[in-house]
Amino acid sequence: MRKFLLAFALLLPFAAEAIIAPRVAYATTNPADMLRDPAQEERARALGREIRCMVCQNQSIEDSEVALARDLRLIVRERIVAGDSDAQVRDFLHARYGDFVLLRPPFTWSTAALWLTPVVALMFGAGLILLSRRRAAQPAPPAPLTEEEKRRLAALDAETRDGNRA
Amino acid sequence: MTPSTRRLLLMAPFAAAAAGGVAFYAALDRQRRGVYNPRGVPSALIGQHAPDFTLPALEESGVEGFGAADLRSGAGPLLVNFWASWCVPCIIEHPQLMRLSRDGVPVFGIAYKDKPADSLQFIRRHGNPFRRLAKDEPGRVAIDWGLYGVPETYLLDRQGIIRWRYAGPITDEVLAQDLRPLLQRYA
Repeated sequence: MRKFLLAFALLLPFAAEAIIAPRVAYATTNPADMLRDPAQEERARALGREIRCMVCQNQSIEDSEVALARDLRLIVRERIVAGDSDAQVRDFLHARYGDFVLLRPPFTWSTAALWLTPVVALMFGAGLILLSRRRAAQPAPPAPLTEEEKRRLAALDAETRDGNRA
Repeated sequence: MTPSTRRLLLMAPFAAAAAGGVAFYAALDRQRRGVYNPRGVPSALIGQHAPDFTLPALEESGVEGFGAADLRSGAGPLLVNFWASWCVPCIIEHPQLMRLSRDGVPVFGIAYKDKPADSLQFIRRHGNPFRRLAKDEPGRVAIDWGLYGVPETYLLDRQGIIRWRYAGPITDEVLAQDLRPLLQRYA
């Protein structure tokens, strides 16, 4: 039961994303801005979902109603129609807005902490679990005697020694 | 586990929370003093020439429009300021631009996504600090600069290389603490 609950807790975010993500992804593009070719439009949307809206900062340009996001959506579509590859479109925006515009930033020295923190946190947690398990497997060493107990023990010792002598 | 290590472990969460609180307070304080902008994003254009462009003048403003070639003055640093009449922080910033212009710093203005009549009304009412004033109604040149809001100000050195970008209004503090020293350094 506990294992089942743990697996459920771990999988919950993925399940939530699968349920919520498709609904919000298509919310904003104005039908008039859409490309005629559905394949190109699909590419534009996939690209746009990876481009940060610089104004709202926590949404992609496909999800944002801000004027600048719309301008960037149109630019993505223009570049696609002009024959740019996905990488060329991304480079175009990256040259102007830097790493921050990419919701999936490249791995560099300055983004290393961003990429590695989850891994480090996961390893730390796994380490803690392993450590506590190993400790639980071994019986805990008895607690050291308190002063009071030591005194009583010494008194008992002395008593038995005296008794033996008698 | 000895009682002292147990006590230490018990204290650890409180110590972590206290450290977080101090850091948070410091960040808020820096924000309040205008030293730190949490939404600020470094420009990708620092160290590069301005993107290639030519923009038309704002008619009746009495000054010319400009393009990338006009930004290589050879004489000293200059500022490129994106603004709009619909932008409230631009009103806060305007007195500082006026002061810079009185001090002889060339300020080149670009009216971003603004109706020319509104831009004109703005400078008639608040004064014109701009040595050149162009309009970017579609906002496409602004995207080539990596602009994400107005006002935004770029400092270019005498070779026309972008050295500094500030997103937000140039307040008195920004002028004194950041811009003045930079203008001196690139003079």
